[in-house]
Amino acid sequence: MEALISIVIGVLTACGVYLALRGRTFPVVLGLTLMSYAVNLFLFVMGRLTIGKPPIIQDGATYADPLPQALVLTAIVISFGMTAFVVILSLRARAELGNDHVDGEDTRP
Amino acid sequence: MNHLVIAPLLLPLLAGTVLLLLHGAGQPLRRALSMAATLALVGLVLALLFRVADGDVLVYQLGDWAAPFGIVLVADRLAVVMVLITSVLAACVMLYAVRGEDRSGSYFHVLFQMQLFGLNGAFLTGDLFNLFVFFEVLLIASYGLLLHGGGRLRTRAGLHYVILNLVGSTLFLFAVGTLYGVLGTLNMADLAQRLASLPAEHLGVVRAAGLLLFAVFALKAALAPLHLWLPGAYGHTSAPVAAMFAIMTKVGAYAILRMHSLMFGPDAGPVAGLLDPWLLPLALLTVVAGTVGVLASQRLADQAAYLVVVSAGTLLTAFGMGGAEAFAAGLYYLAHTTFAAAALFLLAGVLARARGDTGDRLVAGPRLPRGELLGGVFLLIALAVGGMPPLSGFIGKWLILQASFGSPGMPWVLAVLLVTSLLVIMALARSGSRLFFKIDDGAVAAAPPRMADLGGVLGLAIVGLALVIYAGPVYEFGQAAAAQSVQPGIYLSAVLQGVPPGGLPQ
Repeated sequence: MEALISIVIGVLTACGVYLALRGRTFPVVLGLTLMSYAVNLFLFVMGRLTIGKPPIIQDGATYADPLPQALVLTAIVISFGMTAFVVILSLRARAELGNDHVDGEDTRP
Repeated sequence: MNHLVIAPLLLPLLAGTVLLLLHGAGQPLRRALSMAATLALVGLVLALLFRVADGDVLVYQLGDWAAPFGIVLVADRLAVVMVLITSVLAACVMLYAVRGEDRSGSYFHVLFQMQLFGLNGAFLTGDLFNLFVFFEVLLIASYGLLLHGGGRLRTRAGLHYVILNLVGSTLFLFAVGTLYGVLGTLNMADLAQRLASLPAEHLGVVRAAGLLLFAVFALKAALAPLHLWLPGAYGHTSAPVAAMFAIMTKVGAYAILRMHSLMFGPDAGPVAGLLDPWLLPLALLTVVAGTVGVLASQRLADQAAYLVVVSAGTLLTAFGMGGAEAFAAGLYYLAHTTFAAAALFLLAGVLARARGDTGDRLVAGPRLPRGELLGGVFLLIALAVGGMPPLSGFIGKWLILQASFGSPGMPWVLAVLLVTSLLVIMALARSGSRLFFKIDDGAVAAAPPRMADLGGVLGLAIVGLALVIYAGPVYEFGQAAAAQSVQPGIYLSAVLQGVPPGGLPQ
């Protein structure tokens, strides 16, 4: 399970980085979104993977760590808000700069 | 528990919320409220400063949950001095903004107060994840402020700034997650304790996380090669916003200093001195890169933005040398450079308005009404920024050079700082002569600036002069703050009352 989750996070991050390095705003926004998904999963997994365990420390029993879940919740809210903001900003840049290139000018012939 | 510690957070948050609700009310009321809140903040922080001046570390446990389980705010000398610089800067910027710049968008004052909330929180928090949250608060406010007024270049610079900082936030979370996964805590004091007794098998992962954290803070502090976003963003935004952003790179520098002295300091066992190979060379590189930009700038605001890069590099040079003396010199320089850079941005705004269509481009312009006054103020600020005696820039650089004696990087520090200072002075002299002496008879000046327009600039100049006159006491306080931060034991025992020295079982 750990290996699968690691691969998923790695693929998400790699796709995110690739898209964030693209020249147009839409792929960049998608890339940022994928990276934030990856980091949310990563934070969640940092509490170790447990199934069906209570978030209570008892003698000898394994438990689910509630703190990463709280962290993920905060991170999700922030990244959701930021994605909405960057979408609006991209639309405004499209309107003001006349194209959707991140540098404001299309250098391709 | 001392509730004064959380007051610098609650006041701007409350003021910002009330201002949001008062959106329909008249501009005078909003300005008065925002101004009053900012001035009250200065008073509050001064009160807090007197409480920590004798060396107490005040700890505020949110919800009365004891550290390391709850989130703590920690007010030691270093944190409070940063909050004081922020609030004084904010008051001067507000003096300028109420002269008309705040009309360019309808939520200026709300965002301004939220930015203060984020800045104060970032300085006072003692928890790594909380630091991330406050970074986000101040960044979200700064995105709004940066884009205020709109315009082609501003939107483009804003887009770059937002995207880069979003990537930075993602990396921050990766670093935080890794540290939590390995060490099981996010409280900075607890992290420091656990890092000191780190088992060897986790060393590689923790080093990676620490350096990732360093990269994030370097992005915020505009450390080369991560400084390229700054000139565009600062040079194209409105004058009061750029002036307020003068403190933003210092948040990154502060975070680096905290991390450098608390978590990866000499007592940190296997991870001691993690940043040492990186910080000083990159800081010197930043100074050089910024100076090249200063020489090449075509507009005064761009030049001021590159000067922020130079000052960030100089500051981190001081922090990178390590040791209490260098930290103290760095703190004095930090106060000086924040106010001087902000004054230059505000003056660029005043000049751009006075020169009509020519703006703040460094070309021959119209004959300026009140040119003597504006030129005199420019000379004063340029002397301070360039580090000429007798102003605060000279004292700051002198202290840093003095602290470099005995440091292994001394020849590099001396060579880079002295040569770049000369180049910066030359660039500023050229800008001054182009702005004030070269007259293009065809250009038409706008209405002459009134004294009140210069209020913010003069306020900052007075603060700068106070830094010269009271250089002794200020530097002594800097030494006291530095002495406290090179002895993390005081911080640790204040935060982790009642936790056994070996840490809690994981």
